[in-house]
Amino acid sequence: MYFARRALLAVLAVLFLTLPATAQDKFITVASTTSTEQSGLFKHLLPAFTRASAIEVRVVAVGTGQAIKLGEKGDADVLLVHHKPSEEKFIAEGWGVKRLEVMYNDFVVVGPDSDPAKIKGITDVSAAFRKIAETKSTWASRGDASGTDLAEKEIWQALGIAVSKSGPEWYRELGQGMGPTLNTSAQLPAYTLSDRGTWISFKNRGPLQIVVEGDQKLFNQYGVMLVNPAKHPHVKVELGQQFIDWIVADAGQKTIADYKIEGQQLFFPNARKQGS
Amino acid sequence: MSEILSAFSIAFDLIVSLDRELIEIIRRTFLVSLSAVAIATLIGLPAGAVLAVVRFPGRRALVILINALMGLPPVVVGLVIYLVLSRSGPLGFMGLMFSPTAMIVAQCVLIVPIVTALSHQVLRELYEEYREQLCSFGATLPQMILTILWDGRRNLVTSVMAGFGRAVAEVGAVLIVGGNIAGVTRVMTTTIALETSKGDLALALALGMILVVTAIALNASAFLVGDAAPARQGG
Amino acid sequence: MPSLPLSLENVSLSIGGASLIEDVSLTLHHGPRTIILGANGAGKSLILRLSHGLLGPTRGSVRWGGAERLGPLRRRQAMVFQKPIMLRRSTRANAGYGLKIAGMPRSEREARVAQVLERVGLARLAERDARVLSGGEQQKLALARAWALDPEIMFLDEPTANLDPTATAAVEAIVNEIHAGGAKIVMTTQSLSQAKRLADEVIFVHRGRVAEQTPADEFFANPRSAEAAAFLKGELAW
Ligand SMILES: Nc1ncnc2c1ncn2[C@@H]1O[C@H](COP(=O)(O)OP(=O)(O)OP(=O)(O)O)[C@@H](O)[C@H]1O
Ligand SMILES: [Mg+2]
Repeated sequence: MYFARRALLAVLAVLFLTLPATAQDKFITVASTTSTEQSGLFKHLLPAFTRASAIEVRVVAVGTGQAIKLGEKGDADVLLVHHKPSEEKFIAEGWGVKRLEVMYNDFVVVGPDSDPAKIKGITDVSAAFRKIAETKSTWASRGDASGTDLAEKEIWQALGIAVSKSGPEWYRELGQGMGPTLNTSAQLPAYTLSDRGTWISFKNRGPLQIVVEGDQKLFNQYGVMLVNPAKHPHVKVELGQQFIDWIVADAGQKTIADYKIEGQQLFFPNARKQGS
Repeated sequence: MSEILSAFSIAFDLIVSLDRELIEIIRRTFLVSLSAVAIATLIGLPAGAVLAVVRFPGRRALVILINALMGLPPVVVGLVIYLVLSRSGPLGFMGLMFSPTAMIVAQCVLIVPIVTALSHQVLRELYEEYREQLCSFGATLPQMILTILWDGRRNLVTSVMAGFGRAVAEVGAVLIVGGNIAGVTRVMTTTIALETSKGDLALALALGMILVVTAIALNASAFLVGDAAPARQGG
Repeated sequence: MPSLPLSLENVSLSIGGASLIEDVSLTLHHGPRTIILGANGAGKSLILRLSHGLLGPTRGSVRWGGAERLGPLRRRQAMVFQKPIMLRRSTRANAGYGLKIAGMPRSEREARVAQVLERVGLARLAERDARVLSGGEQQKLALARAWALDPEIMFLDEPTANLDPTATAAVEAIVNEIHAGGAKIVMTTQSLSQAKRLADEVIFVHRGRVAEQTPADEFFANPRSAEAAAFLKGELAW
């Protein structure tokens, strides 16, 4: 019995004494999207930045909508998200200092092997969406106001097809991140829109496969913004700016281009070409 | 089915290889939850004892309220704490958002009612048993409280462990206030949620198994320690 | 003797609408060993609780040495309950707990505890968990625990109910010793022979009322109330 007590004390001691093993003292908080985090890009990108700058980057990965909220509330120093209209609104309302384009990736439409809407191989995503609506094939929407979700909604809207959480019946809004949405789509099965990175690293595909890809409309631009210190004085302007400078400069851009899963490049740096 | 089987082998591999990242996460998980439990115990046990011993107007209503708070939905707690600790919130100046401290606060809020309500139940019964004798000794309120806390300690282990179980298993609140930042606020449950959303069900399940096993080990040692405490059993 | 005389003045007690004690008046003085007699459920234990201040009267008042509030005086009283309450501790810790509450330093306490445990024959069981002691051992421990406090008034609620003849004799000897030490004894019993051996005065309780308070010799020879007379003959109707 004494042994048990000693053992427990020992375990607690080890737990607490070895605590400060990690944790840099210089760090910034970056609000970004689940797709970037889950694609594994950050694991590849951030250590390179930390080596160069001795600044730790803490990523909070949420949907674009929530990431922008975090910025507005001052809970992040830098935003790295992918929905241009929301980003521009963020800047216009004075929450962010300046938007710089960083890179793009692309979306793919995935769907069941059986392909009930017969859209496999179509290159025009709008036409594919229309056929899904016409055949009333099940569609799983993230419905979480993420960049992916907003991009999807824009395509429906451009087609004049009204979709929302209240229907039509074949349209299912899940209110979840990319991964859970893919998990659900594999079960239903259903068509859904995914960013390529999450799709490639996703392990539970079930009957799903890529049915539409390559359309210009499926390109997904990422922007980076510093949260405005005029609104939130505690924002780490200097460190955050260092991160932004690095990611749009050669070193960062090359690191992005180097990131591959199963031999495929997921993110295409395009910072210098576009500027702000 | 294949996922369940491969989960076992992944769990086994992770454990024997002493995966550094995993060990970090386990350690952080227990650090956060044990800190939350320690604080909740310091609040909950005395509060439970006071509720058991001291009669004051509104005591019954308070007991009912605390019992109800045992079922607080974690996401709601997470959201409220987020709004409070956010830079734009009343305690934003402390800069606690997305830190382990914020997770400890969230878990505390969730488990203080549990520890309080369960220990109140234990201590109430003990106090009913002891009341006349302690009154006869002329014990003061603090003396009564200390007596029932000490004599009830073995049963209180269960109350505290129930709190720990809830803390360590909780994901909704710590995800919101911790942000699941790799290497900073990523704990077992948020890792499991993340791996699930990546579709890596086998890895997620393996992590779940490790969490359950470590929690069982901790519970077992707590009970052994409780039994080893003084006042040896003679019979 | 600040706690004495102890007087109940027109005391009534009802719990949950049931009237359990009705209009009891009595006074306990320093000196005589008072034995409370009465049938099961007559109200003996309740009168002890009221006298020890564990219950407050619904009507009437209880005074200790003239004061209506017991306060710190309670530490100068001790009670042995009909059902002994054993703390979840060792026999030794139980015996010393009242002293600990009263703030006696550990060294003094240990000596006192060893002495009383020795006297009630529990020294050899000192380390045992009190809650595994036999019924009779628990009663002895409860007595030792109360005795350790060296009280001015000792309330004893059927302290020998579960004891073997030797132990009963030993407990009676201890009661007499406590009395000889200057304490007031207030005790209930169901044993008439024990009452005859110990009583200096008898209070007879019947259905929540005090039927009489009489010196012992007179009570056993010539009870004043009809109920007491019937009780002594073993003919008291329920
Ligand atoms: N808390 C209570 N609530 C309701 N009734 C009670 C309570 N305590 C005692 N009584 C009742 O009061 C009556 C007197 O109880 P008390 O314990 O004083 O009897 P007693 O004379 O000591 O009897 P015994 O010889 O059996 O010990 C009993 O009828 C009992 O049922
Ligand atoms: Mg009785």
